[in-house]
Amino acid sequence: MLAPVHHIIGLTTIVRERLLPISGNVLARVQQKVTAGEVVAETRWAREHTLLDVARILGVSPAAADRLIKCKMDDQITAAAEVAVGRGLFPRSVRAPKDGRVVAVGGGQVLLEVGEAKMELRAGIPGTVVQIIPNRGVVIQTSGGLVQGVWGNGRIDAGLLVNLMEGPDTVLVPARVDVSLRGSIILGGMIRTVEALQALADLPARGLIASSIQPSLLSKAREMRFPILVTDGIGTLPMNSAAYKLLSTNAKREVALNAEAFDRYTGARPEVFIPLPISSEPPMPNEVEVFAPGLQVKMRRPPAMGIIGSIVSIKPGLTTLPSGLRAQAAEVKLENNETVIVPLVNMEVVG
Amino acid sequence: MPTSLVTSNSLLAIDVGAANTRAVLFDVIEGEYRFVASGVAPSTAEAPYKDVSEGARNAIQALQNILQRTLLEQTARSLIMPSQPDGSGVDSLVVTISAGPAVRTLVVGLLKDVSLESARRLTESTYARIMDTLSLSDQRKPDQQIDSILRIRPDMVVIAGGTDGGASRSVKKLLEPIGLASYLMPDEKRPAVLYAGNEKLVEEVKSLVGSLATRLHFSSNIRPSLEVEDIDPAELELAQMFVAIRKKQLKGLDVLDLWAGGHTLPTAYATGRMVRFLSNVYGTNKGLLSVDLGASSTIIAAGFANKSVLKTYPQFGLGENIVGLLNYTTVEDILRWSTLDIPPSAIVDYLHQKSLYPGSIAATKEDFVIVQSVAKQALYLAMQAARRDFPKEAASIKPTLTPLFDPIIAGGAALSDASRPGQSLLLLLDSVQPVGISTVILDQNNLMPMLGAAASQNNILPVQVLESGAFLSVGTVVSPVVTTKYGTSILKAKVTYENGTEANVNLKYGFLEILPLASGETARITIQVSRGVDIGFGPGRGTKNMAISGGALGIVFDGRGRPLDMPADPVRRRELIKKWNWALGGG
Repeated sequence: MLAPVHHIIGLTTIVRERLLPISGNVLARVQQKVTAGEVVAETRWAREHTLLDVARILGVSPAAADRLIKCKMDDQITAAAEVAVGRGLFPRSVRAPKDGRVVAVGGGQVLLEVGEAKMELRAGIPGTVVQIIPNRGVVIQTSGGLVQGVWGNGRIDAGLLVNLMEGPDTVLVPARVDVSLRGSIILGGMIRTVEALQALADLPARGLIASSIQPSLLSKAREMRFPILVTDGIGTLPMNSAAYKLLSTNAKREVALNAEAFDRYTGARPEVFIPLPISSEPPMPNEVEVFAPGLQVKMRRPPAMGIIGSIVSIKPGLTTLPSGLRAQAAEVKLENNETVIVPLVNMEVVG
Repeated sequence: MPTSLVTSNSLLAIDVGAANTRAVLFDVIEGEYRFVASGVAPSTAEAPYKDVSEGARNAIQALQNILQRTLLEQTARSLIMPSQPDGSGVDSLVVTISAGPAVRTLVVGLLKDVSLESARRLTESTYARIMDTLSLSDQRKPDQQIDSILRIRPDMVVIAGGTDGGASRSVKKLLEPIGLASYLMPDEKRPAVLYAGNEKLVEEVKSLVGSLATRLHFSSNIRPSLEVEDIDPAELELAQMFVAIRKKQLKGLDVLDLWAGGHTLPTAYATGRMVRFLSNVYGTNKGLLSVDLGASSTIIAAGFANKSVLKTYPQFGLGENIVGLLNYTTVEDILRWSTLDIPPSAIVDYLHQKSLYPGSIAATKEDFVIVQSVAKQALYLAMQAARRDFPKEAASIKPTLTPLFDPIIAGGAALSDASRPGQSLLLLLDSVQPVGISTVILDQNNLMPMLGAAASQNNILPVQVLESGAFLSVGTVVSPVVTTKYGTSILKAKVTYENGTEANVNLKYGFLEILPLASGETARITIQVSRGVDIGFGPGRGTKNMAISGGALGIVFDGRGRPLDMPADPVRRRELIKKWNWALGGG
């Protein structure tokens, strides 16, 4: 059976596509070396639109109004500029309420886009631009350590990784957060209180890597200006040993934190990337595996949720589980040497 | 059915679900169509596979392994069609699909309580999420409406409004912001549009939004007059539109659709078609109900004398959308179904974890109790929502209760586990809360949508497969409507078996009782009810020598009242639920 893969790798090569949500300008070029925070593409869009119903305001037919409209597509218009003027001795005029750009004219109406907003797309990881996707973005390749998470608040940044965890089940308490952490990416453990998040926001921190977060804090976490990545799940879960080991041993290194929201269809996942010096390019990770003895796996559901183990054997046929359900299963030896029977659909390969 | 009507063609049905993809083979055995076997593999709509045809091939390979019959070419890329003299391959293929995110939909109607309601009902027949609505009573300015449409980026716009030959200016006014918003979107992001309003406006709709929509579909007016609503033709159009959207969203569906010669339908629509078909074939004065509790959505399809109702609720699906359940209910309401004392946080954590890993299953007893409790509440909510749209003239005991249904067919992963039919039945009884006398059938192989899809190619196949025992009959359920004191006798029944032996039951309020009657057997039942108790024949009226059929559990008497009467005290409630579980052999 095909196995999903959760990447926690000490040294690998990754290739990531970074794309604008809408068409824009790509600023980077092929073979350019970029830092995580570097802007590689940008775009602009209108925050809102204003529809001027010239025909109705001037009391004429749409066709007549079209003849009275003085602007055309793509015209930049300033606030109070005359958009159309009526006929007669005392002609009425229609003026633009705000600065804007004409995006449609016709049927006696003018549609303006107003309040332009700019969006900058950052590289997200330090590396080399290996491909340009015209008007949309870039493909970046790099090598180093990689830890994928299960939840992200959509933000992105880079900075020095500081470890506040004493073990995989550490709870981040506000008292541990002091001014020396300003501008750092915090390896923080379990997030149980809004105060813990607020303490990091007050610094401000550059980012947070948490093992788990209380469901009630998710909306607050989305509001935070710094990236937050959750490695293991929503609720109260310690950090899986593979992620904890890799992250805690890389404390004091610069890391890139791309807390992209998990999207099961595109494959986008929140990631911590640890740039490392390499002599030769390490292999790229497998995106798909087939469940087999010897593979390192992480449990997705109770009884050993979040714990890492290795497959001892794949059970033949269907196995009846303690829940009464029957499923394809494997015998797994957990890190604590306990052996459990786990349905294949409740595991993911770590590597 | 005469053998001569059977064309000896084998048919493969593939259902691409959110969690699993199934391949099911139907073939002619001894002159009649039979369900042969089914192969299952995890669905591959999501990353890293991002190709639904891979999951389909894996499911077909699993089926090949079971059958020891070759269906795929040696490279395992293409299906062998038609079947070959050496027995390999199949003659035809149908595909149903429910995988993928709910389709973001803008619903437009002229009047809020009339055409907008009809458009909403139509939209709920497929895997859609209504992101916004537009109607004449909308207080927003046109530019605000444009900005809203741009923000929500609908995949689909469903427009109703205007009685035939009626209002035209108002409809055009509603279309303007849609046309302008579509114009401002990049070509590839423009929505597909279904117009099912005033038929005289078709040309104007074409000119206003035709060039700006990725696809413009027309259907007959779903609200031709204020009093009449006719959604059925538009449901098919919407189903085709959904498949077209999915083909854009999910790689590999175009390949499967090509293999199927265009016979691809949304799973929900195919289920609804099967319910309509069954209503026509087996129709009684009662309705026919099908519930499917799946990962992508909960589907309620009901057939009544002159009307069918199809409801698809992605918000009550047990997969990636499951966290959203808390927008419609509370943790306490989920916990009321639990047999264990589970902390509320465990439910919330479960919902989040399950939404991350929709394909995962309950391995422990406690996890299973949580899954069952969530499933019950999801189906309960779906039934409550669907009931609003059941026809008022549907046969019922009380208008506030579930109408009379017979049979009730249940499918979906949470319900179709045939290893413990008692557990599935209790889930169904608690959430659907049927009344009167109903036969309950488990669709253990999730065949309903596949048969519905197959009906378009071969209308004999569904009938013969249904009558071949491919579904598991759980038995006959007697659910009296009554409210009284716990332990009060409410019903006495005598069952006379085919061999002349008799069995009796004295049903007390608050209890579940079972009398055995095996699958395939029939018996006669005489029921005497206490004053005020109604089993569908009127208060205090029973029945004499009524023919009933058996099933895995036999005859189940549900004396727990309608609506279901649950003690407020959690300890007592949990004890009672345990007793009910034991009574049905669920453990």
